[in-house]
Amino acid sequence: MTRVQNKTMKKIIITLILIANTVFAIDIHEFKTEQQRLDYQQLTEELRCLVCQNQNIADSDAGLAKDLRNEVAKMVQQDMSQSEITDYLVERYGDFVRYNPPMRADTIVLWAMPLLVLLIAGFIVIRTIKKNTTSTHTNESDS
Amino acid sequence: MNKTVIKALIPLLLFLTLVYLLYQGLGKDTRLLPSALINKPAPEFALPSLMNGKIIDNNALKGKMYLLNVWASWCPNCRVEHPMVTEFARQNIIPVYGLNYKDENATAKAWLNQFGNPYTDILVDDKGLVGIDFGVYGAPETFLVDGNGIIRHKIVGELNPQNIQNELLPLIEKYKNTVKN
Repeated sequence: MTRVQNKTMKKIIITLILIANTVFAIDIHEFKTEQQRLDYQQLTEELRCLVCQNQNIADSDAGLAKDLRNEVAKMVQQDMSQSEITDYLVERYGDFVRYNPPMRADTIVLWAMPLLVLLIAGFIVIRTIKKNTTSTHTNESDS
Repeated sequence: MNKTVIKALIPLLLFLTLVYLLYQGLGKDTRLLPSALINKPAPEFALPSLMNGKIIDNNALKGKMYLLNVWASWCPNCRVEHPMVTEFARQNIIPVYGLNYKDENATAKAWLNQFGNPYTDILVDDKGLVGIDFGVYGAPETFLVDGNGIIRHKIVGELNPQNIQNELLPLIEKYKNTVKN
């Protein structure tokens, strides 16, 4: 391939990629501010699709996910805060709709467990290291 | 017991805890989600009737316990449960309202003509927005709303003789006297 051809190919590929991007962005929402757009993006990524449970509503193709995206966009455009919008959906669908669970009495185990495991593991590691160093010391003093 | 034995038992205990936790998750249908609206007032709605286009709202249904059955002509399991809905409505225990969820009026009517219409009336929720207020995430779903407009139960999936007998009827019995008027 000549240089010129190569350049045109590049251009064509870039155009195709750009077109593909616009094709995949199925629903288009207009936001007044950049902050609203970011809110919308963050929310749809943190809300779980209830039909296909391992996807967030931003990624899911399910009809319900699309409806929920529209609802979220509508609420963002009405200047509702992120937590207000999350509350709105939790009221209807329960905590299940959140990928980011709240810290409450009944979820404390969930939040505390990693820390607890880390503490226990750290304790064991430190103890083992200490033990080994003391035994080496004793060995040295023995010899 | 000496120290070594206790130490040796720790991994076993951890293992058993893990087994217990994993066992809890076995055989559980993860698609069934608990409703956040149980024992809370039914969301407000005002939707046209499929039959005559008249608006039906919460107030029109207040004062009597009713079943709200979410269905659509595109939903295969709604067809499966249809005989059960028909049978339940025929017994005249409480009225059964339909919520025609994200459907086309014409196909919904054709569906009812073909299989029969068990509903006292049908609310048209073509956009699915009232569905969102009710926390609907699929069809069929069925809500039991008491005379004070409080949601008392939700069944996700088809009605069947078991859940009618074991879930709906006892709750209908329990809340039938809460109706004030």
